[in-house]
Amino acid sequence: MGRYLIRRLLQFIPVFFGATLLIFIMVWAIPGDPIAALAGDRVLPEQVVQQIRDRYNLDDPLIVQYGKYMGGVFQGDFGEDFRGRPVTDLLGQRLPITVRLALLAFGFEVVLGIIAGILAGVRKGGFVDNLVLISTLVVIAIPIFVLGFLAQLLLGVRFGWFPVSGVQHGLYSYLLPAMVLGSVSLAYIARLTRTSLIENLRADYVRTATAKGLSRRRVVGIHTFRNSMIPVVTFLAIDLGSLMGGAIITETIFNIPGLGRAVFEGVQRQEGTVVVGIVTFLVLVYMMANLLVDVLYAVLDPRIRYE
Amino acid sequence: MSDRDRERLFTSSPAPVVASFEELEAEPIIRREGSLYADAWRQLRRRPMFIISGVLIVILAVMAIWPGLFTRADPRACNLADSLLRPSSEHWFGTDVQGCDYYARTIWGARVSITIGVLVTACSTLIAVLLGSMAGYYGGWVDTVIARLTDIWFAIPTILGGIVILRSVFSTRGLLQVSLVLIVLGWPTMLRLVRSAVMATKEMDYVDAARALGVRNFRIIRRHILPNAVAPVIVYATITVGVIISAEAALSFLGVGLQLPAISWGLMISVAQNRILTAPHLLLFPGAFLSVTVFSFILMGDALRDALDPRLR
Repeated sequence: MGRYLIRRLLQFIPVFFGATLLIFIMVWAIPGDPIAALAGDRVLPEQVVQQIRDRYNLDDPLIVQYGKYMGGVFQGDFGEDFRGRPVTDLLGQRLPITVRLALLAFGFEVVLGIIAGILAGVRKGGFVDNLVLISTLVVIAIPIFVLGFLAQLLLGVRFGWFPVSGVQHGLYSYLLPAMVLGSVSLAYIARLTRTSLIENLRADYVRTATAKGLSRRRVVGIHTFRNSMIPVVTFLAIDLGSLMGGAIITETIFNIPGLGRAVFEGVQRQEGTVVVGIVTFLVLVYMMANLLVDVLYAVLDPRIRYE
Repeated sequence: MSDRDRERLFTSSPAPVVASFEELEAEPIIRREGSLYADAWRQLRRRPMFIISGVLIVILAVMAIWPGLFTRADPRACNLADSLLRPSSEHWFGTDVQGCDYYARTIWGARVSITIGVLVTACSTLIAVLLGSMAGYYGGWVDTVIARLTDIWFAIPTILGGIVILRSVFSTRGLLQVSLVLIVLGWPTMLRLVRSAVMATKEMDYVDAARALGVRNFRIIRRHILPNAVAPVIVYATITVGVIISAEAALSFLGVGLQLPAISWGLMISVAQNRILTAPHLLLFPGAFLSVTVFSFILMGDALRDALDPRLR
């Protein structure tokens, strides 16, 4: 276990540098001069341009720029935007909003998804099972932005049950966006729970448990449920990471000033430092989630041996 | 939702092998001598899921190739005097801001979506099969290099990566640029799938037999391993078409995908979003077409998985 963890952490290092370098290269491949864009119509004096270029290391070769940047990241410095505002400030301001949204979505999908999956899996081929299978397929098929607008239009505008956009109403205004954000994962969780439960119900230990006279409730609720949750729990860990990145579309639709919106605005304004900073951060979160999944596997399922 | 989860979901297996003994008898062992595909086809023909999705996909494909069969109206012939009409007998889906016939535009929108979906899936499958079979078959350092490269790519979420590349690398964004970006971001999941399928097939006795007979590596891969490892790839590729169509629409919706005057559902929805209160039909029609398209491909993938996954036999 310990050796496995260390090996996994070591593998983490090249992947982290590779991914961040890729993003760095892509972002700084921007055609056009960001400084000229900053100045607008005015022509900046040569010295000012040079000063800005020096300050953001724009004259160094890309790989050196990357090295200097990463040096900063390890000291908690994600660079600053072209107005001199540290990206960490922006992160601090936007992150709680996205985290709140992601956590709400997470709670929503975990509770409903697992319940739906169990109800479907317990009576395979029954009415509830077919209902869950078809409705989850529909939810997976509808692109999230179509779903978001539909929800906004029906639940927000027509029925007036939820605030239409913005975050002025506290946690209440996060509710609808969170449901939209969590809907696809909800469908996956329901399906995963169902599949895993059905597979486990066929296992020998279930037959043993039934044979020794345990009630169906106990067989499903204790014996099978715990084992079927292994793939679901690992899915959940990775999903928490992807919810953070996936929030970008939901945040756009519902006008929520979170991290996703910040990335998007950064790209629009060609603020490379902001984009690199936030995306690097998100990739880090995503990779941590991946790592967590691998560790969880090893902890939850002792049958899996990592050499 | 990351690609890896999707892969895990759509390749692991539910569903019964044979529902009842009647079914077993209806299909005697002797008739089972056909290949996996003949078997799968026999099974598929009876499944409503397969028939529904098959019919929908055929209709959409025809719509993409000959949109003129569905509409006489020119999607680019617009009359500003007809701006934002509600659906009527003359304009079935109403008109958009520019007064273009929205039905014609929606029909023509199928072309871009289907083209990108199929093109991207075909190319990323090709890359995945080439690299994946090499990694899976040869193992060793080839595998290490390819697997680590895949890991790096994997760490970048598709939509985030798409936004960054499309905004910064290309000054104009057409079908080719968007496809290219989706290919670049799309191959790793498929590669993992091919790699694990090849690694599993490699252990088979008939591969050892072929090797003992002195068959060359390339021929072993092509003749013995790939045909037997291809089933999960077909399933996943079908689902990927739907996923890619959805991703293209999402990128266009965010304003980093296709640009006007291209006709695309994502773009139409993106334009419609400012008017969802006054003209909801602008959102609903392309949204419905898009959803049905994605739905058909995912449903088809589901049906194929049930039929092709040999573990269910």
